[in-house]
Amino acid sequence: MAKLLFVLLALIPLLCSSFSPDSPSDRRILVLLDDFALKSSHSIFLNSLQSRGFDLDFKLADDPKIALQRYGQYLYDGLILFCPTIERFGGSIDAAAVLDFVDSGHDLIVAADSNASDLIREIATECGVDFDEDLSAMVVDHSGYAVSSTEGDHTLIASDDLIKSDVILGSKKIEAPVLFQGIGHSLNPSNSLVLKVLSASPTAYSANPKSKLTSPPSLTGSSISLVSVVQARNNARVLISGSLSLFSNRFFRSGVQKAGSPTKHDKSGNEQFLTELSKWVFHERGHLKAVNVQHHKAGEADEPSIYRINDDLEYSVEIYEWSGTTWEPYVANDVQVQFYMMSPYVLKTLSTDGKGRYFTSFKVPDVYGVFQFKVEYERLGYTSLSLSKQIPVRPFRHNEYERFIPTAYPYYGASFSMMAGFLIFSAVHLYNK
Amino acid sequence: MAVTDAANGGGGTTTTSIRHAFGNVLALFILLLIGVLAFSIRLFSVIKYESVIHEFDPYFNYRVTQFLTKNGIYDFWNWFDDRTWYPLGRVIGGTVYPGLTLTAGTLWWLLNSLNIPLSVETVCVFTAPIFSAFASWATYLLTKEVKGTGAGLTAAVILAMVPSYISRSVAGSYDNEAVAIFALIFTFYLYIKTLNTGSLFYATLNSIAYFYMVCSWGGYTFIINLIPMHVLLCIVTGRYSPRLYIAYAPLVILGTLLAALVPVVGFNAVMTSEHFASFLVFIIIHVVALVYYIKGILSPKMFRVAMALVVSLGLAVCCAMIAVLIAVVASSPTKGWSGRSLSLLDPTYASKYIPIIASVSEHQPPTWPSYFMDINVLAFLVPAGIIACFSPLSDASSFVVLYIVTSVYFSGVMVRLMLVLAPAACIMSGIALSQAFDVFTRSIKFQLPSLSDGSHADAGDASSESVVHNDTVKADKSEDTSKERTSKKSRKKEKEPVEKPLSKSQIKKRLLVLPLETSIIAILLLVLLGAFYVVHSVWAAAEAYSAPSIVLTSHTHDGLHVFDDFREAYAWLSHNTEVDDKVASWWDYGYQTTAMANRTVIVDNNTWNNTHIATVGTAMSSPEKAAWEIFNSLDVKYVLVVFGGLVGYPSDDINKFLWMVRIGGGVFPHIKEPDYLRDGQYRIDSMATPTMLNCLMYKLSYYRFVETDGKAFDRVRRTEIGKKHIKLTHFEEVFTTHHWMVRIYKLKPPKNRIRGKAKKSKSKASSKTTSKRKGPKRNPF
Repeated sequence: MAKLLFVLLALIPLLCSSFSPDSPSDRRILVLLDDFALKSSHSIFLNSLQSRGFDLDFKLADDPKIALQRYGQYLYDGLILFCPTIERFGGSIDAAAVLDFVDSGHDLIVAADSNASDLIREIATECGVDFDEDLSAMVVDHSGYAVSSTEGDHTLIASDDLIKSDVILGSKKIEAPVLFQGIGHSLNPSNSLVLKVLSASPTAYSANPKSKLTSPPSLTGSSISLVSVVQARNNARVLISGSLSLFSNRFFRSGVQKAGSPTKHDKSGNEQFLTELSKWVFHERGHLKAVNVQHHKAGEADEPSIYRINDDLEYSVEIYEWSGTTWEPYVANDVQVQFYMMSPYVLKTLSTDGKGRYFTSFKVPDVYGVFQFKVEYERLGYTSLSLSKQIPVRPFRHNEYERFIPTAYPYYGASFSMMAGFLIFSAVHLYNK
Repeated sequence: MAVTDAANGGGGTTTTSIRHAFGNVLALFILLLIGVLAFSIRLFSVIKYESVIHEFDPYFNYRVTQFLTKNGIYDFWNWFDDRTWYPLGRVIGGTVYPGLTLTAGTLWWLLNSLNIPLSVETVCVFTAPIFSAFASWATYLLTKEVKGTGAGLTAAVILAMVPSYISRSVAGSYDNEAVAIFALIFTFYLYIKTLNTGSLFYATLNSIAYFYMVCSWGGYTFIINLIPMHVLLCIVTGRYSPRLYIAYAPLVILGTLLAALVPVVGFNAVMTSEHFASFLVFIIIHVVALVYYIKGILSPKMFRVAMALVVSLGLAVCCAMIAVLIAVVASSPTKGWSGRSLSLLDPTYASKYIPIIASVSEHQPPTWPSYFMDINVLAFLVPAGIIACFSPLSDASSFVVLYIVTSVYFSGVMVRLMLVLAPAACIMSGIALSQAFDVFTRSIKFQLPSLSDGSHADAGDASSESVVHNDTVKADKSEDTSKERTSKKSRKKEKEPVEKPLSKSQIKKRLLVLPLETSIIAILLLVLLGAFYVVHSVWAAAEAYSAPSIVLTSHTHDGLHVFDDFREAYAWLSHNTEVDDKVASWWDYGYQTTAMANRTVIVDNNTWNNTHIATVGTAMSSPEKAAWEIFNSLDVKYVLVVFGGLVGYPSDDINKFLWMVRIGGGVFPHIKEPDYLRDGQYRIDSMATPTMLNCLMYKLSYYRFVETDGKAFDRVRRTEIGKKHIKLTHFEEVFTTHHWMVRIYKLKPPKNRIRGKAKKSKSKASSKTTSKRKGPKRNPF
């Protein structure tokens, strides 16, 4: 199956823009490593990507020949930074280049670690993730640690506080806790683009485990995020983890038992967690497209260039979700359309036929102006859909009003009888001598 | 004219009839030449610049005319324009005075059907000069009705080149006033004509002319108030006659009905206070007519009894009517008056309550020099004309006096109403000049040694006088209809100044004759005065009023500079932006943007929605982020500002900025004018307030300005600007014209990512410095 998939994908021409309308999934991924040993120590994760059809290009982070783009074209669709200690990238890459890469719609996975460099921290900050400023701090949890053979300093955490989203983490529930060892970060609550995927337990705090605590730690409790994802406004996706070992074969394979929990899992949740999460990050899931926006007057088929007030109209749009290989109809009952002029005059939930087509009909309000059909669909994990189509609404034409108003008949009568009366009066007055 | 001629020709000798025929032909040629003069003096703009539409409003009219010629009258009537006032749109058909557009459209259609393929633009450019020729002919007709042919011709020639009118009717100035002044004068002419003849035919024509005026310009309310005032004046001074009734009553009824047909007026013709005076006078004239009728059929004694009855009854009815009227008027917040009308009655009203009206320069009160500039020597001739109108005072001349008095008042309130004053001043000056020439030439004629000429003229004049005398006697005897009498009356009026010294008595004539030298010198001086006027008018036409204002020129020591920045900017917009992109600018440039760049604008020169304009004003006076949010909510893609600081163009957005603040603050109170003023002074240098230095307009105007000369010296404000290095975060400059007069900015899209906390920036900065420090260290490795 995987092989067939690979062949299929290889046949698709590799386009440089990441979200081609045909296949939004990424194809070519640059992996920057601190040293090539990581390639083998993290092979399960990397191989799973390769088996899903990704074309991984491994480079040392300070390789002087690496480049993200050539002649204005990006060479890669995704970037994985497994180089937490790097202070300066080689070649033409710097933090700004990485961020431009994201801003032009490409995806990024950043793994920091306890000795993360300023460069990695800067990239994370630019994406809205603030690592603990204390450079030697790690996340410590004395009640949520993973029970292991050697009694450590409780920096190896078994966390099961995952985001509740089938889109991001797949529909299959992750049973085993996820092993984590690294630094924590905090998110600005007002930042709507960044999501906490894996958060620490309420008993966790971020401090240097080797030294004694002198002052209260700056990051405590569940406000600490261990793994976060960012979906930028251009739908580029970024995964930021405070731990590189999260991805390692060692964590993937080891069994896990959370402190205070009787159940011991043979295998940690890391593999399932990261595989599903990487599917999301590389747009194999949760990517929507809306096509074929149509609107017309009720009973007509052609799209008019202008509506009249109080017209009845029908609106439809087709929404599909990318399944990794094909576009599947997206089925939901909460897609709404607005008929909008500075504020929504009509707000209607679209009904769907289950085959991706959403439709509704409504009456144009009794207000003229330049309106917009707006669909603003933002759901957790999905790419945001923002459609707007401008359409003017005109008032009645001079001959579209009612010609004779029944209530005005007395007035019509009055004016005509007045005319007749005047005629008779004139005749009598002039010729009656 | 015709009536006079017929009477004169019929009763007089062959010499007089030949003289009159010659006079008529001469008058016709003079009129033709006046028409040519009126047309050609307005062509300076085309010769010096190019055949192009001028200023702001004409661009809208041009665009509407294009639509009309392309889509026909019904589509024009129902035109909903979605490219202005985004997102509200504007129903053009129902909010525009269609007279000008229909006139030019008809002209174009006519020319095309005659296989003269002129473009719509050409027709629009030359509509105003053509109609100013018509206007001078109408002035001739009006003045002739008041004071005779001589005065008529003089008035026509003066009007043909009065600078005030030229300013609004040069070729390319395609604005409502261009045709409206003609309509105004012609309506007045027909009113006077009806008043003099009592003909229902002219009364009907009068209503139609009034209808054309209503179609053309909102200034029609001047007519519908001035004529009732005159009627009232006639009634009060005991000059009521059936002619007055004929001249007035049909005008009110037919005129109001016709006016209500114009979509933009509609029910306003009966609902707003501007029109109440006409209805009130309509009632009064009926009461008066009834009184006269009863007076005619009753004996004096009976009449007194009836009088008491009618007066008490009439008073009761009047009181009831007035009570209803006051109740209706008081129920509306503006007392039924539109803002512009109110500011006419109370000149301080606009500056107190409606900044949007006060902000327009043509709504400001004029200064004294502008009187001299616009009507020049006419200002000195008008009083003489008023005196001439009082000797003797007729219905017609009292109307002209009333016209000049009211228009002088209105012109004192608003500069733009100088335009209404101009025809009145021309008529008055025409009368004054013609009367003065009359007196002086007659004095010379009497005293010249060559008596043969004098006696000849004497004879001619005497005979014509006798004819008139005969006619008057006949008329008195036959108790003719009023129509005949007026014509005689008016004719007598015309003749009187001429006749008086001749006929009444030799002594009287001798008394009025001035010494020969005095007369000659006076004539020379008058000619000199006229010459001054001509020189000034031609200068005004050539230099002052011909600039199209979209193309500017300046003369410096190294030759002529042409600033064509506006068209450059609009062309850039039309070539480099999407068709549906919205461009925000201050409302002055709205019409031009839609007409020349064909892009949707937020506000334009039709300032119908104060809130919308205030929104743009608020955005311009807000800091960058707030402004971005306002503009983004209006789907604005580009912001256009006009900046004159580099070349010294004074009417730029920075100079208009306080009005944006005032208008914005009028609706959104968080914008406060004192925040932008330092100690009550508007300044942009380093003493300017922080609010001023941080507002969007300041930033957009002066962005990168320091790069031009290194000092950022603003040539309009004559100072160095206060904040030289401006950083824009939410806007980016996309185009600046050659002389920096128009600058176009694009709204940046919202940030793709949201940064982390601000405190990180410090660590980031430090990390940057550290990495920089480390950089060279690492490099050798």
